[in-house]
Amino acid sequence: MPGAIQSIERAAALLQLVAEHPGELGLGELADGVGLAKATTHGLLRTLRDVGFLTQDSGSGRYSIGTGLRQLADSRLDPHDLRSYAMNWADSLAVRSGEAVRIAAVVDRVPTIVHHVFRPDDSHQVLDTGLPIPGHATALGKVLLAWTVALPVRPGPLDRFTQHTITSSRVLARELVEVRRQGWAAEVEEQTVNEAAVAAPIRGAINRVVGAISLGGAVDQVCDSRGAPRPHLIEQLLDAAHSLSRDLVTARR
Amino acid sequence: MTAPGGHRSRTARYVLAVDQGTNSTRSILFDSSGRLLAIRQHEHDQHFPQPGWVEHDAAEIWHNLQRLIPDTLDDAGVSATDVAAVGIANQRETAVVWDRRTGQPVHPAIVWQDTRTAAYLETLAQRGIADEVRACTGLPLAPYFTASRLKWILDNLPGARARAARGELLFGTMETWLIWNLTGGPATGVHVTDVTNASRSMLMDIRTLRWDDAMLDLFDIPRALLPEIRPSLHIFGECVDLVPGAPIAAALGDQQAALFGQTCFDAGDAKCTYGTGAFVLLNTGTELVTSSRGLIPTVAYQRDDEPAAYALEGSIAVAGSLVQWLRDQVGLIRTAPEIETLARTVEDNGGCYIVPAFAGLFAPHWRSEARGVFAGLTAYVTKGHIARAVLEATGWQTREVIDAMNADSGLPLRSLRVDGGMTSNHLLMQFVADVLDCPVVRPLVAETVSLGAAYAAGLTIGVWSDFGALRRNWHRAAEWLPTIDATRRDAEFASWKVAVTRTFDWVQ
Repeated sequence: MPGAIQSIERAAALLQLVAEHPGELGLGELADGVGLAKATTHGLLRTLRDVGFLTQDSGSGRYSIGTGLRQLADSRLDPHDLRSYAMNWADSLAVRSGEAVRIAAVVDRVPTIVHHVFRPDDSHQVLDTGLPIPGHATALGKVLLAWTVALPVRPGPLDRFTQHTITSSRVLARELVEVRRQGWAAEVEEQTVNEAAVAAPIRGAINRVVGAISLGGAVDQVCDSRGAPRPHLIEQLLDAAHSLSRDLVTARR
Repeated sequence: MTAPGGHRSRTARYVLAVDQGTNSTRSILFDSSGRLLAIRQHEHDQHFPQPGWVEHDAAEIWHNLQRLIPDTLDDAGVSATDVAAVGIANQRETAVVWDRRTGQPVHPAIVWQDTRTAAYLETLAQRGIADEVRACTGLPLAPYFTASRLKWILDNLPGARARAARGELLFGTMETWLIWNLTGGPATGVHVTDVTNASRSMLMDIRTLRWDDAMLDLFDIPRALLPEIRPSLHIFGECVDLVPGAPIAAALGDQQAALFGQTCFDAGDAKCTYGTGAFVLLNTGTELVTSSRGLIPTVAYQRDDEPAAYALEGSIAVAGSLVQWLRDQVGLIRTAPEIETLARTVEDNGGCYIVPAFAGLFAPHWRSEARGVFAGLTAYVTKGHIARAVLEATGWQTREVIDAMNADSGLPLRSLRVDGGMTSNHLLMQFVADVLDCPVVRPLVAETVSLGAAYAAGLTIGVWSDFGALRRNWHRAAEWLPTIDATRRDAEFASWKVAVTRTFDWVQ
């Protein structure tokens, strides 16, 4: 087998052994089973555990197949699971910021709103849940475009919604580089006049981006006099995104 | 009104809520805008000594609370002297009996889910006294309520009744137990219950709000055992240790607390809490509304020196637990929220209806012999249709309870305020709006039970001036408006009603 990578072969052998004897084998038996030194085996097992492919019983020290591996064949995070995990964080972000909060994910290859919390001022608002959003004209969409491999920016002109909409795919690509660098995206009157939003990625296992969370409202609420998003709102957003991501990783391990 | 206890900080403006629930106890700190600052939670053991028996260790619950309160204050960086008041919400109808001198429970607490007294209540029903009990207490002769559990302890614990008559034992529901301990236990503990909890005891006259001698005779309960009944918004006493000097300024049963937290202060306001089961409470104002349709009249809350506000309650036994069943027993979904994904693969229920009468049907039918059915199955039905039917079952059961409430109270529902875990299911919330033909509204603070306890306590001592101030704290986080075509709704409701009749008379 030319070019086979030894450590992957060894990891696969360990996984196979654990799958055949779930919860029965500890470090010593596994090292013997695959014919490796304990130290080497330990490093492999620890890595497999850290990525969620194995779990270790805290009492006996024996290994079982982890949920991460079991979910691998269908590892897409269900958008309704995402909403369920996000509810409390989204609610408290709306309370802290005084703005509307939305969560989006890629559903059937389309950026889609999966959760929406009204701006807490009891004005008339309508739930956006389930609506597709234009990737290039929204903060949520830019976050999803920036980190989703399966969501390429198509070349050619992009739909215009306002005079501030980015319509050139080259300009958009440059902006996405900046989004990835700073860790969040902004939208200032690009989809709707007088409205602005900021969005940040929600990360699941192995730091993979599984969705985006935004807060948005009137442009003079969200942005300062120079048209830049207010730093305290960005901080609140990133706090919420971080807490939600942490919950997601813990809950799904 | 100002807080008693001269050593309260002049700037005290935080309210501590204790939510003593069936599975866990929570301690939650709110600021004066009703914002949640810190929350701590500790589960307690569930004991199932025999089928149908459910017990808690009240000493464990008190022990947990003694750790939770300081941790909550630490988390928020708030000193105990900055706590203006403590409010308590609790699991209802759970019976605790303890020794006045040692402060130790003399028997495990018998939990509201426990059905050990069902046969005894059946003998009472056969003696034809159900009407008398209902006329006095408002309650049907069901093991759900507290009196028969207290009687069971007195009958089965040797010497208990004599000790109770001598005043050596004390009885209470969980708020009674916690208030007694918080106010100093054996030395200085205050032995009181709040009127909403007392309204679930089957020992209180629902109109006079006093213990009723005929009911005490019926269940053979010595009066010396019983706590004093107090209004819900009332200074029950001062905490001795955990929050020294802070007044305990409210206590409410958990469902009543949720009604309060949803700011349902006016007659006609209603809320539904969607958990494993679902609880609808409709505020009926100062007028007691009795039900001929299987709803339970109950006290919603009472302020000092004011008449009680009443509510009609309709409970649905199986709501979220049907989704859990689909996940755990049937294996059609991996997680509960995934049911929405599966349900959205189809446009409608494909003619399939599921009536989850797993242990009979609660309101408005109260059929203990009913068992669940899948109805309308054809070869066309897919798992997507089944997922829809599972969610629709909760919607239709809500509709049945609301219809009964509208008819009993003459107060047509304007909108339904919802809380609980199932509110994360937007398909279900839209369906509830469709079948009720009225708006369904979710508030921004999801912790309505603890919020209600905090609101009630804060109102008592003046953190908030009036109901209006609390209403201004309430914000809409989501709203679902009816969109379904009326003809389709009526036709599907008719099918649901037929499906319900198919569950009847199963257990002979």
